[in-house]
Amino acid sequence: MEADDDKRYKVRAIDLHAWFGTSHSLKGITMDLVDRHVTAIIGPSGCGKSTFIRCLNRMHEVVSGARAEGTVLLDGENIYASGIDAVLVRRRVGMVFQKPNPFPTMTIRDNVLAGLKLNGLRTRDPDALVERCLRQSALWEEVKEQLHKSGASLSGGQQQRLCIARTLALEPEVILMDEPCSALDPIATAKIEELIHELRGKYTIAIVTHSMQQAARVSDFTAFFYLGELIEYGDTDSIFTKPSNPRTEDYLTGRFG
Amino acid sequence: MPGWRIGNLGDRLFRGIAATFATIIVVVLLVIAVALTQASRETLSAYGFGFVVGQDWNPVEGANEVYGALPFVWGTLVTSFLALALAVPISVGIAVFIAELAPEWIRTPTGFVVELLAAVPSVIYGLWGFFVLRPVLIEHVDPALSRWLGFLPFFRGAPLGNDVLLASVVLAIMILPTISSVSREILRAVPNTLREAALALGATKWEMIRSVVLPYAKSGLTGAVILGLGRALGETMAVTMLVGNKPSMSLSVFEPAATMASIIANQYPEAQGRQHSALTEIGLLLFALTLVLNILARLLVWRVGRLPGDAGRA
Repeated sequence: MEADDDKRYKVRAIDLHAWFGTSHSLKGITMDLVDRHVTAIIGPSGCGKSTFIRCLNRMHEVVSGARAEGTVLLDGENIYASGIDAVLVRRRVGMVFQKPNPFPTMTIRDNVLAGLKLNGLRTRDPDALVERCLRQSALWEEVKEQLHKSGASLSGGQQQRLCIARTLALEPEVILMDEPCSALDPIATAKIEELIHELRGKYTIAIVTHSMQQAARVSDFTAFFYLGELIEYGDTDSIFTKPSNPRTEDYLTGRFG
Repeated sequence: MPGWRIGNLGDRLFRGIAATFATIIVVVLLVIAVALTQASRETLSAYGFGFVVGQDWNPVEGANEVYGALPFVWGTLVTSFLALALAVPISVGIAVFIAELAPEWIRTPTGFVVELLAAVPSVIYGLWGFFVLRPVLIEHVDPALSRWLGFLPFFRGAPLGNDVLLASVVLAIMILPTISSVSREILRAVPNTLREAALALGATKWEMIRSVVLPYAKSGLTGAVILGLGRALGETMAVTMLVGNKPSMSLSVFEPAATMASIIANQYPEAQGRQHSALTEIGLLLFALTLVLNILARLLVWRVGRLPGDAGRA
């Protein structure tokens, strides 16, 4: 039974706590991400949803004064166990940030290859990898003529897709997205959402979003966070049509948040 | 509305006063340049550009009297660039440590101590260099250098104590706070989102610093280095006390030298006539050199400030 669950669930957080200094921002989250599905995490600002996914690739602890406690199983292995190198965890669990952050000092091509270069990894055919990742992130047609321009020369939406391509190049198993569309216009947002659709089935994706419509559109499962706690978690359809917790319903109907 | 006219007058007055103050800076610079040019008229017309490349300096009046600035330009450049070579790795290292690696509680005190170095008067550095550093160099460093690297032209000759090496080491310590504190500010201006992007791709801290932070900060760091160079070029007291004050153009760091600043400090009090003009012209040269370098530094620092994120939005 346990082994079956480990197979079904790519990532399992068990009693996960997180702090910023003395403020306790994640209060014992236990939640699983289903392998090769999209899980949306919604909730009002400050509810800990970003903190939660940043704990899943050990990016939370990068901020000074921040720490996390608890268990996060990645394929059954606790990434918070002593002796686990956070750097290796992050190679397997990629992340896309709220604000597009391509490396401005690198070309578009080098941005895609940045993960490999940073890790000192070689690839036999870098050009093929660049093309594959850019195609996967639906950016290839727009940039194939300008691979040697700076990553910063693209529009915001293109930059974000470049960041996704950069993440894909490392062939991660899990992709965490922290409000990836909040800095983008509706057309760019639609493109990213389409892209998430393409990527499901290949990757386990967790996406934090402020937009309930977006959660409903892109995700298989939805979790509702409030004040650092997981209030409700289930498949997206039932969360949106018949939430079992009154606070979820209040949030979804816009009564607070 | 009876009040508005007065308010407007106040604004105009304020703007006028502020503009005057701002103009004063430019005027002072111009006055310095003009005064130096006028006072060096005699050698300017006598030697022209030959002054800059002339190698002989004989201030004794008579047939042999001749003035050439090259040995001093050479001395200034050699000591300054040697100081840079010593100071840049250390100061950038300090800046990286403070901005990227040190735990929060240690950053402010470390930064403060480094900046304290800038507050030590030049003459104290000169004394310290003479009484503390010079014996150490003579006893331990110089013999080792001439033994192991003596085959290079840079370490030829007998170390005498007051030489290019001593002056450069002290200069390096003096420009360290300038370079490291400016570098630290430059590194702080690197957006955190880029650091996070690198870390999230599985970079170690070192890989992040090397591949993302330093390339982003490159032109700003160059600016910091040039500011340090500007300080080194003009430094007078400590260098005069340590450099040996013998105008020579040797490649060896064990030879004494003289710099533009040190020759002025040494000879100005007794200079007359043509020698006075020659020394002033050296001052003019030094002024021009530091001015050009500082403008260059400003441009570079300004460029790094507006580089990336904005380019995407434009």
